[in-house]
Amino acid sequence: MGVGILVEDLNAWYGTTHTLQDINLHIPANHATALIGPSGCGKSTFVRCLNRMHETNPIARATGTVKMGDVDIYSDASPVEIRRRVGMVFQRPNPFPTMSIYDNVVSGLKLNGFRNRRILDETVERSLKQAALWEEVKDDLKKKSGASLSGGQQQRMCIARALAVDPEVLLMDEPASALDPVSTSKIEDLIFQLKSQYTIVIVTHNMQQAARVAENTGFFLNGKMVEFDSTHKIFTNPRDKRTEDYITGRFG
Amino acid sequence: MMRTAINYLVSGLCILATVLVILPLIAILFYLIYKGASSLNFAFFTRIPAPVGESGGGMANSIVGSGIILFLASLMGIPIGIAAGVYLAEFGRGKALATAVRFTADVLNGVPSIVMGIAIYSLIVMQQKHFSALAGGVALAIMMVPTITRTTEEMLATVPHAIREAALGLGVPKWRTAISVSLRTASPGIITGCMLAFARVAGETAPLLFTAFGNQFWSFKLSEPIAALPLQIYVYAISPYDEWHRLAWAGSLVLIVLIMVSVTLVRIFANRGALKGGS
Repeated sequence: MGVGILVEDLNAWYGTTHTLQDINLHIPANHATALIGPSGCGKSTFVRCLNRMHETNPIARATGTVKMGDVDIYSDASPVEIRRRVGMVFQRPNPFPTMSIYDNVVSGLKLNGFRNRRILDETVERSLKQAALWEEVKDDLKKKSGASLSGGQQQRMCIARALAVDPEVLLMDEPASALDPVSTSKIEDLIFQLKSQYTIVIVTHNMQQAARVAENTGFFLNGKMVEFDSTHKIFTNPRDKRTEDYITGRFG
Repeated sequence: MMRTAINYLVSGLCILATVLVILPLIAILFYLIYKGASSLNFAFFTRIPAPVGESGGGMANSIVGSGIILFLASLMGIPIGIAAGVYLAEFGRGKALATAVRFTADVLNGVPSIVMGIAIYSLIVMQQKHFSALAGGVALAIMMVPTITRTTEEMLATVPHAIREAALGLGVPKWRTAISVSLRTASPGIITGCMLAFARVAGETAPLLFTAFGNQFWSFKLSEPIAALPLQIYVYAISPYDEWHRLAWAGSLVLIVLIMVSVTLVRIFANRGALKGGS
C-alpha cells in the first residue's frame, strides 16, 4: 500500500545554485501526482530529494523535512533504506545490459543478497504482469539481455524492476519522454492501474499526460512551487497568472 | 566527385596503416616458424635441458616454470590492479589520494623492467637470501598492476551513469553497485586490459634475471629458483652452440603460441555466459 508524503521547507542546492526554494507540499497516498514546469525549474531535483538520490551528486545538498508516513527520510533512515521503499523510474530506460530480463527485474532483490528461487520466480512474474510486459517476454526471460528489448519494453521492464522491491512510493521522472506515442500510452495506462496500490509522483513535460493520469498537479517555476491543486483546477481555473501562462503555452 | 575521391584516399590510408601494423607481427610469426618449428619435437615439451656437450633435451621445466610464475603474478597483480582501478573510478573522484595513485601508476608503467628486477632483488631476494619463483612472480605482478589499474579506470568511466543510478535507486549500497553493476558492465574491456598486461609480462626476461633466476632442472617450489621460457631463450640465444640457437628459436615460437592460446582461451571463457542482445 502507498503512503502519503509531507514536504516541509525543502531547499536544495547544486554547488551554489539554489535549485529548490522553500517547497511545502502534501502528496496524498495512493494517488498520482504530476509535477509540471519548464526545463530547469527544479521538478527533477524535487523528486530526487524524495528518495535521497539528490545527494549522490557530491556537490548537491538539501535541507528541510520530507516525511513518508511517520518516517522523516532525512533523519530517521539511511538513503539505502529509503530507496528500497521509494522506487524510481528514470527518463531514459536504464536496464542493466549484462543481465537477462529476469535478473534485471529482480536485481533489487538479488543485489541485496536475496536468493530464494521460488520467491524470485514469483516476483518476476508478478512485477512483469503489473508492468504489462509479461506476455511479451515470458519466453525469453533468461535468454535475452534486458538491453535487447525495444525502448518502450525496456521502460516497462524498468517499472517492473522498481515494483519488484515492493515500494510504497513510485517516482517517475519523465518516464515516457524518450518513447513513441504507442509506448507512451501503455505507460500511462500502467500509471492509471498502479496508482490504486502505490503513491505515484510523475514529472512530465507533457501537460496532456498530467491531465490524463494525475489527480493532483503541481506547477514549478525557477525552483519554486507556484501552485498545487487538483489537476482539474490547475488546467481549467488556475489561481496564479504564471500557471495560466504556462499551461496555455505562452512560455516554457 | 571531390568528396568521393577524398573518401577513397582516407579509406586507403587507413587500410595501408592497418597492413603496416599487422605485417611485422605476421613476419615475426612466420620467421619463428621457419627457424624454430624444425626443432620442435616430443622431447622439447617433455625433457629438461641437456647438459653442455650432450645433444637433445627440451624446455619442459621452463614451460611449467613460466606457467607457475605467470600464475603467481596474475594471482597478485590482477586483483590489486582491478581494485585500484575501481577505487579511482568509483570512489576517488577528485580526491588527492586518487591523483597520487594515478600518478604512481603512470610512473610505474614507465619504469624499465630491469629496474623492477633490481628493486625486487633488494626487497625480496636479499631478505630471503636466495632467488625464488615467488620473487619472480612479485616482479611481474608489479609490472601488471599499472596497465590493469588504468584500463579498469577507463573502462569503468565508459559505463553510463544512468546504470549506476538505476542500482542506487533500487536501494543497492554503493560498494555493491560498484562491484556487481559497474564492474560487471565494464568486464569485457577490463578482461582485455588484464590480457594485455599478462601478454606483456609473459615475455619479460629482465625482471626475472635477478628474481626467478632460472633453473636447469625441475623445480615446483615457490621458494626456489625456477626456470622460465624467456630466461631459457636468453641463455640459449647468447650461447656459442648452433643447436642451442635452434632451441632458442623453438622456445620463442612456443612462448608466442602459448601467449596467443591463453589469451584466446580467456576470451572464449569470458564470452561463454553472454546473453542475446546484451553488450
